[in-house]
Amino acid sequence: MAVQEAVVTTPLTVTVNGQERAEEVETRLLLVHFLRETLGLTGTHVGCDTTSCGACTVLVDGTPMKSCTMFAVQAEGRELTTVEGLEGAGGPPPIQEAFSAEHGLQCGFCTPGMMLTSIALLEQSPSPTDEEIRWAISGNVCRCTGYQNIVKAVHHAAAAMKEGS
Amino acid sequence: MAVAHEIRGLGHSVRRKEDARFIRGKGNYVEDISLPGMLHLELLRSPVAHARIVSIDTSRAEALPGVVAVVTGELMAQHSLAWMPTLSGDTQAVLATDKVRFQGQEIAAVVAESAYIAKDALELIDVEYDLLPAVTSPQQALEPAAPLIRDDKEGQESNHIYDWEAGDKEATEKALAEADKIVELETFYPRCHPAPLECCGCVADVNPATGKATIYMTSQAPHAHRTLFALVAGLPEHQIRIVSPDIGGGFGNKVPIYPGYVVATAASLLIGRPVKWIEDRTGNLISTGFARDYHMKGELALKDGKMTGLRVNLLSDNGAFFADAQPTKFKAGLFHIVTGSYDIPAAHVVTKGAYTNKAPGGVAYRCSFRVTEASYLIERLVQTAAYELGVDPVELRMKNFVQPEQMPYESATGFLYDSGDYPAAMNLALEKLGYDELRSEQAAAREEGRLLGIGVAFFTEVVGAGHGKEYDIAGLRMFDSAELRVHPTGKAILKLGVRSQGQGHETTFGQIIAHELGIPYEDVEVQEGDTDNTPYGLGTYASRSTPVAGAAASMISRELREKARKIAGHLLEVSEDDLEWETGRFFVKGSPDRAVTIQDIAFAAYTNLPDGLQAGLEGVHYYDPPNMTFPYGAYAVVVEIDRGTGEWRVQRMVAVDDCGVRINPMIVEGQIMGGLTEGYGIAAMELITFDDDGNCIGSTFMDYLLPTAWETPVFELGETSVPSPHHPLGAKGVGESATVGSPAAYVNAVIDALAHAGVRNIDMPVTSDKVWHALAEVGLAE
Ligand code: FES
Ligand code: FES
Repeated sequence: MAVQEAVVTTPLTVTVNGQERAEEVETRLLLVHFLRETLGLTGTHVGCDTTSCGACTVLVDGTPMKSCTMFAVQAEGRELTTVEGLEGAGGPPPIQEAFSAEHGLQCGFCTPGMMLTSIALLEQSPSPTDEEIRWAISGNVCRCTGYQNIVKAVHHAAAAMKEGS
Repeated sequence: MAVAHEIRGLGHSVRRKEDARFIRGKGNYVEDISLPGMLHLELLRSPVAHARIVSIDTSRAEALPGVVAVVTGELMAQHSLAWMPTLSGDTQAVLATDKVRFQGQEIAAVVAESAYIAKDALELIDVEYDLLPAVTSPQQALEPAAPLIRDDKEGQESNHIYDWEAGDKEATEKALAEADKIVELETFYPRCHPAPLECCGCVADVNPATGKATIYMTSQAPHAHRTLFALVAGLPEHQIRIVSPDIGGGFGNKVPIYPGYVVATAASLLIGRPVKWIEDRTGNLISTGFARDYHMKGELALKDGKMTGLRVNLLSDNGAFFADAQPTKFKAGLFHIVTGSYDIPAAHVVTKGAYTNKAPGGVAYRCSFRVTEASYLIERLVQTAAYELGVDPVELRMKNFVQPEQMPYESATGFLYDSGDYPAAMNLALEKLGYDELRSEQAAAREEGRLLGIGVAFFTEVVGAGHGKEYDIAGLRMFDSAELRVHPTGKAILKLGVRSQGQGHETTFGQIIAHELGIPYEDVEVQEGDTDNTPYGLGTYASRSTPVAGAAASMISRELREKARKIAGHLLEVSEDDLEWETGRFFVKGSPDRAVTIQDIAFAAYTNLPDGLQAGLEGVHYYDPPNMTFPYGAYAVVVEIDRGTGEWRVQRMVAVDDCGVRINPMIVEGQIMGGLTEGYGIAAMELITFDDDGNCIGSTFMDYLLPTAWETPVFELGETSVPSPHHPLGAKGVGESATVGSPAAYVNAVIDALAHAGVRNIDMPVTSDKVWHALAEVGLAE
């Protein structure tokens, strides 16, 4: 690894949870650190260094991306959604409600990434099968729950969303 | 005052209180803590497994703008902090001074204005090593010519650490001599890692004005850690405050004290600013508490199909420092519970530990002090015996179970099993599985050339340490505590000495109070993790929270209920003997309408007391359990093996657990499914291994594989419930049962598919290449 002797920065404008943010950031700053440290959105977590665990998942223009493996400057001009952006005025949306109702979380560390990945799945496939769900979340590791209740939670959210729409 | 909520004590699957913050991304994990003026610490780790340190030059690193300090072992030594005691009475280097003894060992630390700068500076530290040969197995370690790893220890002339034994040697030898069949199994339980999704870390904040050290850390045992910090660092204990905030999973990994915590605290003390250390995943996997690494041999004596004796030999690979987290007097943890669920009259366990050039730790990965290894061995051995005797593996188990009427049962190695009905749990699992039909299906499949396997495992776990006379951590007796404060308006705060890492204590413990006092669980706030603010306790591991702290919560509720009775008598103007309790209220015997609620009583405790009674409705209880609890269960797995690739897929997984009384069944089932998944990971993929030079293979999540939703089986759960006779609620603890019991079930299923061809063992993780080789050897590969 090369050592960076001088700080190199780049201007960055992104929309995060519906709000436009303009910051001068270190060019090598990872997106996850931009969110956690620059913006103070600590709901996005870090569980590995190898793009393996998905704890850092955020939505970039609606697509789940691992923010630990993206530079902040790569998000220039994009729309980002983090866990903090899920809740509107009307209380927790179906996915959050469903994770709690089905006991789809224990320590909560994987939960933000898991929920964002699930939301992206439900966008594409409003009535997913067990297999589809398991495949969709297979880039998000959970060490606590054994996944079964997460699968249930996604079904639960799917049903609630259909009712609500 | 009206009761606002439903009470919902025992047996209610109420939703978890903690979810509200987690689903909003508002958990407060160590990495989320940021203090004014905070610096960042990164550790330089050894790239080699065994070498003498010739020199460490930090000058280039120190010159990098933004670097505040570079800490080496030499600097730590000036403060007598270069070494620290381990949980097994050994010593461990905080920062290496003389030698490095495993790859990943901590050598130096950079403290800088940002974590990025600190990481940059690590690259600028020049260390010169004089390489030494690496010792990578305990067998090699004990050879006479093996390089000496612990030359720092006076009088240490070999890599041998301990010999320890349990049971009755003579009786066991006699049983073996008189047996009509002796079945042997040699198997290796490989090194794996708890790998909670959140790595370890801390923010150390030593206030230069007051000297008070506040350390926010990923700790499963904050009180014990405070005491250890006081002993290690020589800081006065009342000046240390450990805060364990939300923890992103522990599974044993967050029981020990790691060098990072110590260096960050020392750095904060020396610099006078808060210092944050957050471990990266590689640091976590290569340096912190690993699990297992046991080479085991079992010999089971049988006579007329009855198990009459068991001899077990164990060689343990402890890594470079003997740092197993376990009670002092048990050198191999509780491994001597090797007779499992069977009535085996004689047993003898001989254990030996050795140093190697590997990370230290020896933690119980979702397990109670090495019970997992013991359970695995006996369940694999019994399965082997069934094949050797030509009987059905379930039948052999049934014939040899400890029977319900033998409870409490004293095992040959000295455990007193508290309660259980093993045949009932086994039968329920078989019924759910449709065992007999599956056996016919298996036979039919075999005719067609398909390989189905049906694996069964029956485990008995020993959890909930103490009792304090026998069990300790670093000399501290293993009791636990609960402090209950009922406020005038009938709401309550419960403060505990344990610390949840995802188990849902805020909910479960609220339900215990609800059950005991009738205060709705929503009205009880549970606080844990802050040593300034909670009574002393030993922490959460070994499935001990419900057995020990849960009992303490019950007991303090009952003590307060007795005080409440006095107040109720005063309010109702009757003698307290004329009162009867039902959840949430006292009423006058015979006239149920003359009653006061616990909320009325709470108010009176601060406003309207009988003469001579102290004000308040508060108290603390320290619970030292009379015995451990012994949860158990029957697990059954069906697999099909692909003869072309050696891949095996789980088709069914049935798990029947008996953990006594379930407080929140939803949470209990969540714990079981999590454990079944980690058990599957261990059986199928999780492996920390080393090459001949001591390079760790399994140092990232690309090599250390974890089960994802894709491979993880679907679980079918069942329940029986025989209460613990000595726990106030009859609960036994469950967090670890499934990780203890399930690996043998998965492996037994794979072996069962191949047993007819003579295959008896494949060591974990049972990867497809190993299965394929086994298939090829017996001519079943396609
Ligand atoms: S932290 Fe991004 S994938 Fe693990
Ligand atoms: S809830 Fe702990 S990692 Fe998923």
